[in-house]
Amino acid sequence: MNPLLAHQLQLTRRRFLGTTALTLGAPALQSLLGSEVSSAHGLAGLPHFAPKAKRVIYMMQTGGPSHVDLFDDKPELRKQQGNDIPESVLGGLRLTTMTANQKAKPCLPAAFGGKERGKCGMWVSDLLPHTASIVDECTFIRSMHGEQINHAPAVTHLLTGHNLPGRPSIGAWLTYGLGTDTDNLPAFVVMTSRDQEASCGQFFYDYYWGAGFLPGKYQGVPFRGAGDPVLYLSNPEGMDRPMRRTLLDGLAEMNLFTHDRMGDPETMTRIAQYEMAFKMQASVPELTDLSDEPQSVLDLYGPDVKRKGSYAYNCLMARRLAERGVRYVQLMHAGWDQHGNLPTQLPIQCRDTDQPSAALVKDLKMRGLLDDTLVIWGGEFGRTPFVQGDIKNPKAHGRDHHPRAFTMWMAGGGVKKGCIYGSSDDFAYHAVENPVHVRDLQATLMHLCGIQHDRFTYKHQGLDFKLTGVEPAKVIKDILA
Amino acid sequence: MFSLLAVGSAADLSFNRDIRPILSENCYYCHGFDSNHRKAKLRLDSLEGATEDHDGTKAIVPRDLAKSAVWQRIISDDSDEVMPPPDTHKKLTAEQKELLKKWIEQGAKYEAHWAFVAPIRPAVPRLADLKFQAKDWKTSENPIDAFIAQGLITAGLQPSSEATPEALIRRMTLDLTGLPPTLAEVDSFIADSNRDPKSAIQNLVDRLLKSPRYGEHMAMAWLDAARYADTNGFQGDAYRMNWPWRDWVVNAYNDNMPFDRFTTEQLAGDLLEKPTNDQMVATAFNRNHALNAEGGTIPEENRTKNVFDRVETTSGVWLGMTMQCCQCHDHKFDPLKQSDYYGMYALFNQISEPGGVDKRFGKKPYSDDYDKLYAIESPYITMPSGKQEDELKAAAKVRETAIADFNARKQEFIPAFTAWVEEMRAKPVLIEERISGELDRRAVSSAKIDNLFDGNTQRLLEIYFKLEGNAKWADLKHAIDKARIAEDGVTQTIPHVMVMRDDKPRETHILLRGNYETPGDKVEPCVPAFLPTLPAGVKTNRLALAKWLVSPEQPLMSRVTVNRFWQQFFGHGLVKTPDDFGMQGALPSHPELLDWLAVEFRESGWDVKKMIRLIVTSKAYRQSSVVTAEMLAKDPENALLAHGPRYRLDSRVLRDQALALSGLLVEQRGGAAVMPYQPPGIWEEMSFGKNRYFQGKGDELHRRSLYTFWRRSVAPTMFFDVPARQVCSVKPQRTSTPLQALTMLNDTTFVEAARAWAESLTQTEKDDTARITKAFHAATTRAPDAREVSAMNRLLQKAREHFNKNESEAKKLLSNGDSRVNEKLPAAEQAAWTTVCLMILNLDETLNK
Repeated sequence: MNPLLAHQLQLTRRRFLGTTALTLGAPALQSLLGSEVSSAHGLAGLPHFAPKAKRVIYMMQTGGPSHVDLFDDKPELRKQQGNDIPESVLGGLRLTTMTANQKAKPCLPAAFGGKERGKCGMWVSDLLPHTASIVDECTFIRSMHGEQINHAPAVTHLLTGHNLPGRPSIGAWLTYGLGTDTDNLPAFVVMTSRDQEASCGQFFYDYYWGAGFLPGKYQGVPFRGAGDPVLYLSNPEGMDRPMRRTLLDGLAEMNLFTHDRMGDPETMTRIAQYEMAFKMQASVPELTDLSDEPQSVLDLYGPDVKRKGSYAYNCLMARRLAERGVRYVQLMHAGWDQHGNLPTQLPIQCRDTDQPSAALVKDLKMRGLLDDTLVIWGGEFGRTPFVQGDIKNPKAHGRDHHPRAFTMWMAGGGVKKGCIYGSSDDFAYHAVENPVHVRDLQATLMHLCGIQHDRFTYKHQGLDFKLTGVEPAKVIKDILA
Repeated sequence: MFSLLAVGSAADLSFNRDIRPILSENCYYCHGFDSNHRKAKLRLDSLEGATEDHDGTKAIVPRDLAKSAVWQRIISDDSDEVMPPPDTHKKLTAEQKELLKKWIEQGAKYEAHWAFVAPIRPAVPRLADLKFQAKDWKTSENPIDAFIAQGLITAGLQPSSEATPEALIRRMTLDLTGLPPTLAEVDSFIADSNRDPKSAIQNLVDRLLKSPRYGEHMAMAWLDAARYADTNGFQGDAYRMNWPWRDWVVNAYNDNMPFDRFTTEQLAGDLLEKPTNDQMVATAFNRNHALNAEGGTIPEENRTKNVFDRVETTSGVWLGMTMQCCQCHDHKFDPLKQSDYYGMYALFNQISEPGGVDKRFGKKPYSDDYDKLYAIESPYITMPSGKQEDELKAAAKVRETAIADFNARKQEFIPAFTAWVEEMRAKPVLIEERISGELDRRAVSSAKIDNLFDGNTQRLLEIYFKLEGNAKWADLKHAIDKARIAEDGVTQTIPHVMVMRDDKPRETHILLRGNYETPGDKVEPCVPAFLPTLPAGVKTNRLALAKWLVSPEQPLMSRVTVNRFWQQFFGHGLVKTPDDFGMQGALPSHPELLDWLAVEFRESGWDVKKMIRLIVTSKAYRQSSVVTAEMLAKDPENALLAHGPRYRLDSRVLRDQALALSGLLVEQRGGAAVMPYQPPGIWEEMSFGKNRYFQGKGDELHRRSLYTFWRRSVAPTMFFDVPARQVCSVKPQRTSTPLQALTMLNDTTFVEAARAWAESLTQTEKDDTARITKAFHAATTRAPDAREVSAMNRLLQKAREHFNKNESEAKKLLSNGDSRVNEKLPAAEQAAWTTVCLMILNLDETLNK
């Protein structure tokens, strides 16, 4: 159905509910609110078909993890070490101003050891031993590519389908279309973390999880590492929960009088939202209380797991959110931007993220949640196969941004196990075999959630917008289980 | 809506109302205006196109269904034949097919799109001829009422009776000033209304339109449209100083600047003869876009994006059109060509901006990091006071002297210093031995050591002097540093406003697929070809554009503008898509009223206050907002206005309202933005500690929301349903979420307001009932009824009981917020009243207008 029409129907339904309440009166409030809350289900007609993934956890690695060092080992690059990358490979395509004028562009192969892993034989760097241990659960796409060469536009493109701010993010689209399975937590949660050295300068913008032109309630709710996990969650100092309940009872009573007098159905919605806020005040602290996690599970995620705001903590929280029916969890981890310190910083970055990422997959699997939870790991682009800076000075060199070929992996939620898809050229420079554009990834993600991406549109400013934009996008059928 | 615009009998089919929406939605994507993507060389958006002969067949043969290929394809069973094709996921309903059938049978008459034809003032319906119950409407002299009454009666509805005077004064005061009326104002208005209702309203509107609060309130929506913010956005998100433009907008509204001048000065103030400072400041409208200064970005790409933004914001605000798709191709639905887009682009492409920030100044208050607080892009103007100018001159002199002193002795250390650096360059292991700190180490390779004032060279000098232990050299250098910091300190007190100038003539080319790397054909500056042309012989620049926008032939601008005013008072426009007056946009609910208002606005000399007075003095606006089941059934969106507007106030107004009710509001107009309460760590978390929030003190905590510092990467957290100020936004959002409830109940602003309000109530009113009544009355302008008083009283008693038992809790509750607490008042009692006041601030009736 046309989403606009569906939205209208939903409005009407809410109004109907509101008017009937006139005759129901206060005693029916609780049951009424129950149904009001569950009105958070999605659009009629969605999903288009049975979904493989009921929920998604996107482990966004911002900064641009080096596919060359971590996943895409190339013998030719090793052979050419120190030689300039051939002009024919560069192809005159644009580079950032950080390396565009750098005279030499010498090849730098994978800087750390690595080998083929598991039954599938995926090459994984020695920096990622834990990821190496789950390769047979995952699909690796080694032929990702996009156009944007700087962080903010590339992240925006990956997460919203367009390089400029203003479009709805993936999570907003999904929760708008599919609704939520929880009545006391937000449907779309975001958590941020960064590398412990704070060596990188990538900021986060709230439009990375924005609702764009969709109604504001579909935007991601940031769960914060410090202070209240959700903004304004805690009662003010001096007001305990029973007192708040008393206040809300008085408020609901007064608002029902208002509804009697004014007849505005929105008043009933308001009462329901205040009640849900009260429920969230209980469910969020329960969610963040890790005392019920056995030591074995905590150990799985590694030593940082109890430090709020760390990547490991966020990975464990992602599992707890998934268990509680949250539709879409977006982890944002910054720190992969190794321009001038790759040999020293990349190992630290890998150490911080490798174990928790793999632990999340293992943990979901142990609980039987992996089958219907789609887990995605990847950044906004990869890094150049040639060196940035002086190749002879490993303490101060690294790699520049590179969107023409990079690697991502997915697990669970309807993707193949132990699958290696696509490949880049001999220099890991261009995606050549089965290239997967950023929008193809988006189309595939939608498909796994039961949505045909080109049939899920929203009318705005007279145009039918969709996540994948106007260029044709394809579902990567070969990676579907 | 569909039932309201119900398709009448076949006799009164209208192309614009009944047919175009069907064709536009289902056909124009492939058979519309965009010639590059047109399928089968067929266009259905004009009679000529639709009746063109294609090898003996015609898409439409008027009055002949059998020969009309369009109809045959629509009813075809063959999936290869049927239109629209199944793979488009578009499907015609039975009713739509019926409409198309009748339309062809009746001669397939096309009409020009309503919004692209200049409005002509329609006749006002005669109220005396209309049958309706509300007798007082019959005597209304306001043309708005005649059009609204006609719409209601046609749909079988009746207008509502007039709202009570107390409801009216609240509605008008909030709508015109963004703040609630005082109880004294309410009482005096009621008394006036009892004497002479008509003049009472006139006087009220006079008073409100004269209030300087009016301009502040009107400015808010304009700031949203103009994507105004106090930072640049993108990487770093440094501060900027365009706030004099914000104050210009406030003053323009307060001075009732005619809207044509308001338009011209913002779009082309710099091109006026001998522009004043104010007229230059006005042009910041087109410099309010985000600026990308991320390392590695390409200046030409940044610059291109700036120009795109100007085209899109200007067309969104003044034409109500989305031009963005024409970056890459002709518009699919509207007659906008890619060349039109780049013709407009050329108008905004003559400015010397470098495509990145080129002026950094000020110092982050907490860091000795190299980062500057402010980063702006040329061209800009500075607006120093005489005193500031003198200070700046004095500071420059100190710096020059320090530099001269330094230069006089530089030969003592330059050779040794150069050798010291060259050694490290030759033997990188030395770098680690000699220097700690990542950034300092990197400076070794990047420093331009022949320039002693290069930033990296300065870093190395600092280290070198320390190693050498030569205090004199270090002192000389530090004298310069100190002088620079002092000079920066003065600079950052002076407004630097980014403005428009045509100071770098450029050729403009169509950018293929919107990509600055692939320029196509050259284009000349122009306005969209489907709209009226510019007068001959006029230089085609932004000034010509502005004049063209306010010309009588211009069909869009006046309609788009009055529609936004209407939306501001009724919650939705007469056209519900204020950002799209094109073919895919909504049809006006009252087309004739819209045209009447548009012509009236223009012929009044673009008198904004007059237009607003007309709207708020109408019976339509003054109706009671009680909703009945019949209204909900017949017109759930209240498009026809069977009742007065009722919806949740803008979250920025909610904050101002709470401050006003509590007595905390500080009314200081204009100036740099302030930082009110915000939970700690928000900016820090988003920027990894690089951007810190320095919460204001004293008055700064209680200024109107208009003056709240707007960081583009993370909007102020206490507001909800507000635009992100990334791009132009003209459509208000109104959702209802639990997070909003948490903000209203727990944000320090609201808790402190409740506490301060309680304090004043308990001192001015003598008993519980009087206090409860007064608080409720002040928030809603209505005296509570008996059951409301008793409900609030029950809450009070429970709260009192609770806090009497928990004295320490009471004290904690009173500690919220920075404003002073009157320690003499009993804590438990104050806490109980704070609870009641907090509830009243959260009443549905308080939250709604």
